[in-house]
Amino acid sequence: MIVLSVAVEKQLGAFALAAQFHIAGGVTALFGPSGAGKTSLVNMIAGLLKPDRGSIMLDDTTLFDAAKAIDVPPHRRRIGYVFQEGRLFPHMSVGQNLDYGRCMSRRARDPSEFERIASLLGITHLLQRRPRMLSGGERQRVAIGRALLMQPRLLLLDEPLASLDAGHKGEILPYLVRMRDEAAIPMVYVSHIAAEVRQIATTVVRLDEGRVRAAGGLELLAEAG
Amino acid sequence: MPELSPAEWTAVELSLRIALVATAWALPFGIAIGWLLARGKFWGKTVLDGLVHLPLVLPPVVTGYLLLMWFGRKGPVGAFLYDHFGLVFAFRWTGAALASAVMGFPLLVRPIRLALEAIDRRLEDAAATLGANPALVFFTVTLPLALPGIVAGVLLCFARALGEFGATITFVSNIPGETQTISAAIYTFLQIPDGDAAAGRLVVVAIVLSLAALIAAEWLGRRASARFHGE
Repeated sequence: MIVLSVAVEKQLGAFALAAQFHIAGGVTALFGPSGAGKTSLVNMIAGLLKPDRGSIMLDDTTLFDAAKAIDVPPHRRRIGYVFQEGRLFPHMSVGQNLDYGRCMSRRARDPSEFERIASLLGITHLLQRRPRMLSGGERQRVAIGRALLMQPRLLLLDEPLASLDAGHKGEILPYLVRMRDEAAIPMVYVSHIAAEVRQIATTVVRLDEGRVRAAGGLELLAEAG
Repeated sequence: MPELSPAEWTAVELSLRIALVATAWALPFGIAIGWLLARGKFWGKTVLDGLVHLPLVLPPVVTGYLLLMWFGRKGPVGAFLYDHFGLVFAFRWTGAALASAVMGFPLLVRPIRLALEAIDRRLEDAAATLGANPALVFFTVTLPLALPGIVAGVLLCFARALGEFGATITFVSNIPGETQTISAAIYTFLQIPDGDAAAGRLVVVAIVLSLAALIAAEWLGRRASARFHGE
């Protein structure tokens, strides 16, 4: 079953992005070199960047359709987004950061869900701390937890390991794999590193110079070298 | 410290009330204008910026005179406010508060604007993806992150309002118990024989109040920034 269907065009200065792909469940890697347009593409899915033309569908709802002038604002899309640099709120504790999505959508508190995700990511001992006091790896785990706790329909991860050194990358990857296996949330995982994608992704969309070059299984990584 | 006379206490109490009311009324406007100047893209932004800063460079007497023309009982704005809301500014303490607010406004807006400009907009994007509508983003992310700037602006505006003299005396005169603030009272005492002692006592009060405002600014500023930069 198709979960997300994207067909968009966008002119960004001299760079032309024109991409079309569908994803089913599991983890889909948006894979390609830097400057391929991966981040622009996930920003469009999240609603942070407006395509010039095309449409974006999630399940049976239209998030964006240029022809019908539909553009659902980001706060109504319920799409979780883990940014490259975490983007934790510096004026809130880790616990408040994790709880932010629930507060904003005025859902009732669910301590068991909170506890489950905090322990899945190994951050239960950090709840009182400020983001400044966290290591890069901890910060990224909190960012993942914050996105998961908003109960997203889709989770976008934009190079979530890029800001970490090799040791900390190894620290996060197992959590991501557990998340894939335990949470039934479809994910789009942006990366330019084949080894990373091989560990986490189930399908691959290969992007280059703003175009989708290929879509399929992990075998596409081998071709890219 | 020698005892203040009842008349001197009245001036102190009046000054504090005028400065507090002026700052409280200026604050929401200060945040709105600061936000417009930091984020807005519109025709006439430079003009607005200039208007906001005008009281800083105009002779205070000129500002007071303009207030008198506009907000006096027969002035265009003053007549409107009197007819519709029964508000009177001329020769009332409310007028002194208005003059103080206008004079303190540039000092209020500037730190707020700078704080808003320094905010990482990507945090606001993150809040939006987490389900916060634009108003919630503003109140839960933008405003708290701008808090150190807001605190600085409020205290500068308050201190300026406390010491305002030229615009106030031009606009609402120097009426004991109504518009005679500490500054105006000191000025009056210096005009009469044997007024030196009373003037001296009020000078001490002015110094104490200004120092207290400075120390409060420092303390609050540190507390606000400590909240972001770790415990």
